[in-house]
Amino acid sequence: MTTTQTTTVTAPAPATPATRGSLLPPHIARATATAGGALTVVSAFLAWTWTSAFPGDLTVYGYPGGLQWLVLVSGALLTLFGLSSYGIKGLNWLTPQGADPAIRLAAYAAFATAWFTIGAISTKLGGAVNLEPGAYVALAATLIGWLGARSLPYERPETSPADPDDSAFDQFKHNLSNRWSVYKGTLATTPAPPAKTLPSYIEILIVAVVLALGLAVFTYGITTEYDQLFIGFLITAGFGFAAIQKAGLIQRVSTLTARHRNVTLVGAFVAAAAFPFTQSDDQYATIGVNILIFATVALGLNIVVGLAGLLDLGYVAFLGVGAYAAALVSGSPTSPLGIQLPFWQAILVGATASMVFGVLIGAPTLRLRGDYLAIVTLGFGEIFRIAVLNLDGTSGPDVTNGSNGISSIPNLTMFGFDFGATHTIAGFTIGRFANYFFLMLLVTLVVVVVFRRSAESRIGRAWVAIREDETAAEAMGINGFRTKLIAFALGATLAGLAGAVQAHVTYTVTPEQYQFAHAVPPNSAFLLAAVVLGGMGTISGPLVGGALLFLIPAKLQFMSDYQLFAFGLALVLLMRFRPEGLIANRRRQLEFHEKDEAPATLTKAGA
Amino acid sequence: MTALLEVEDLRVAYGKIEAVKGISFKVEEGEVVTLIGTNGAGKTTTLRTLSGLIKPLTGQIKFNGKSLRKVPAHQVVSLGLAHSPEGRHIFPRMSIEDNLRLGAFLRKDSDGINKDIQRAYDLFPILGERRKQASGTLSGGEQQMLAMGRALMSQPKLLMLDEPSMGLSPIMMQKIMATITELRAQGTTILLVEQNAQAALSLANHAHVMEVGNIVLSGTGQDLLHDDSVRKAYLGED
Repeated sequence: MTTTQTTTVTAPAPATPATRGSLLPPHIARATATAGGALTVVSAFLAWTWTSAFPGDLTVYGYPGGLQWLVLVSGALLTLFGLSSYGIKGLNWLTPQGADPAIRLAAYAAFATAWFTIGAISTKLGGAVNLEPGAYVALAATLIGWLGARSLPYERPETSPADPDDSAFDQFKHNLSNRWSVYKGTLATTPAPPAKTLPSYIEILIVAVVLALGLAVFTYGITTEYDQLFIGFLITAGFGFAAIQKAGLIQRVSTLTARHRNVTLVGAFVAAAAFPFTQSDDQYATIGVNILIFATVALGLNIVVGLAGLLDLGYVAFLGVGAYAAALVSGSPTSPLGIQLPFWQAILVGATASMVFGVLIGAPTLRLRGDYLAIVTLGFGEIFRIAVLNLDGTSGPDVTNGSNGISSIPNLTMFGFDFGATHTIAGFTIGRFANYFFLMLLVTLVVVVVFRRSAESRIGRAWVAIREDETAAEAMGINGFRTKLIAFALGATLAGLAGAVQAHVTYTVTPEQYQFAHAVPPNSAFLLAAVVLGGMGTISGPLVGGALLFLIPAKLQFMSDYQLFAFGLALVLLMRFRPEGLIANRRRQLEFHEKDEAPATLTKAGA
Repeated sequence: MTALLEVEDLRVAYGKIEAVKGISFKVEEGEVVTLIGTNGAGKTTTLRTLSGLIKPLTGQIKFNGKSLRKVPAHQVVSLGLAHSPEGRHIFPRMSIEDNLRLGAFLRKDSDGINKDIQRAYDLFPILGERRKQASGTLSGGEQQMLAMGRALMSQPKLLMLDEPSMGLSPIMMQKIMATITELRAQGTTILLVEQNAQAALSLANHAHVMEVGNIVLSGTGQDLLHDDSVRKAYLGED
């Protein structure tokens, strides 16, 4: 009698602080999460609404459609991670760093995608009355999965209570940071055991599969047909990647790609080149080629910003110089030069013109450091645009046609291949933009190779040394000015290459395309953001960052008025929570998380 | 025989403020020469001028028979003058090994570089143990070792050390001084700037005392160590 009394009295006391996150006992929580995932998968096969007025046709039993596919994928992820956490043979490889954080994030993915979808249906069709039972199954299933995942055990980090003497706002901030560290605690991973050594061909096969998956995800994102599907895609992809990363799979794959770097490089380009073949018309190849242009220029900027540490706020001007130079010699009827050079000459003209401008701008400004350089390059970017506006024959000599720009740039013809025409290759239709997509892909390849080779060479080490400590670098015998000028000129040249292609893709070059900040990328602010968002000093970082920063504004037309606002907000949040960018350079990570990372490297070196 | 480094009537100014007011000294090959003095005496300015980071107003700097006056900082190293700057200036986000490799930036002989990296690890075993570690995570004394090791990587004819004992614990300072002694025994020519007069004087062949931009006293290390005015001013005796 007394014992039961004591338990009833004492039980609630520790339960109150512990309820958060431990609604269910661990083994039930795990089962619930896994079952929720399985149920989510099932729910994707049910009808969620009665009318096909909502895009994607979610009215069919037995076959998922539109957003249901995304729910299906996230549910499947949750189920797999859940099963893997039981140590089921053959699924262990899914979660080398521990399953629980991955389960949590996968559950968030399923929950957020499903609830977003059903919210979108209700909003679009005017009320929850338009939902079919399947929708309620999905809501319940993802809720169950989420509750289960939330109740998984975790090591709660120690937090200190707020000082009652502080002002209310300070207490609020303190509690918020406590919550944040607890939340981070729920996602804490254990270090992965060393991977089994696989035969080389299997490793390469895995890399190939991952690249194919990447192509599939990318193609899906690029070809999303309506806003809701793209937002759903961002939600699923965001949480899904986070889950896969926490599971430790990304790390596993990156060790493989690091081991087979050339294979990965070739494979990535084969995958990218396969993109037009997945399309039946030219609609999305336009986006594809523009992403490539944007991402390539961002990668060029990464040499200047990421490697040499020079903050260049006017970089888009070099793209403009290349584009204008190529347009002038393109044979366009509005070009005052009136000559038509073959493309290989035009692209060299574009690159050379950009390089000359890079040296001309760099030579006086690179003697400045830090903020001064940023201000001067910002000014140069604007000077370029205004100068081009004024070289119209009335305010100045007639070179650029002023605000009308150089228009009707003819399509390229190389080796008898007309880039303007639609071709059929092995049954696939390859349209105009797809042609340019292939051409641009070659330029991207050139830029990637230049970036890689230079980053690993003597000059690359000199750039990093300059970025880290210019005085010390000089004391090592590195000529700071010359090293920085090479970075600046090389970055400009690469932008010029891309500009020469861009002029032909867009038919017209006008000064408005090359601004500091603008709603449409590429512009200097977005380029810099792509580098920072993606990860400074890496190759894949700016490519991923560029793709995201191009796709999001292109897909979410309805937010065009708030785009710069959303962009700014996203940058602030990113800088607060992941300053090293989405794809982190090892050295950068050290820089931004010195406290967390330092001991890890210590033990690694000590071992 | 001419000295390795000859400085004559060197004057350096920051704007209107003259920090070095016409000093002359020599460093012979194989010896350790030290400049001691209080804060603001012009010691660091002298070293920074020698390595080309600051341009002098007037005066002659002859190194190995060549004038250094018109040589930019990054070329001074190639002439055989290495500078381990005050405050160490290591590259904190790079590994120890990368730091050492950057010290050999101007050299092309990869075999020799690897040999010298090994030599630096022999000289400072702690660096060898942590060669892959980011150098920013080292302690102050270890960073000083790295800065010295890095300066040695250019195979200098003259090694200039600026306040190697600054901010170090007494034990670490002894280690650094022992290393300098060892380097001297190996025949390295060193120009040492120090505030720790006792330590610097006891291992120097020649020493110069600087005060507000002038050399006020010169002699052998032992002479100055036993000089009354030096003992009063710098060794805290009365």
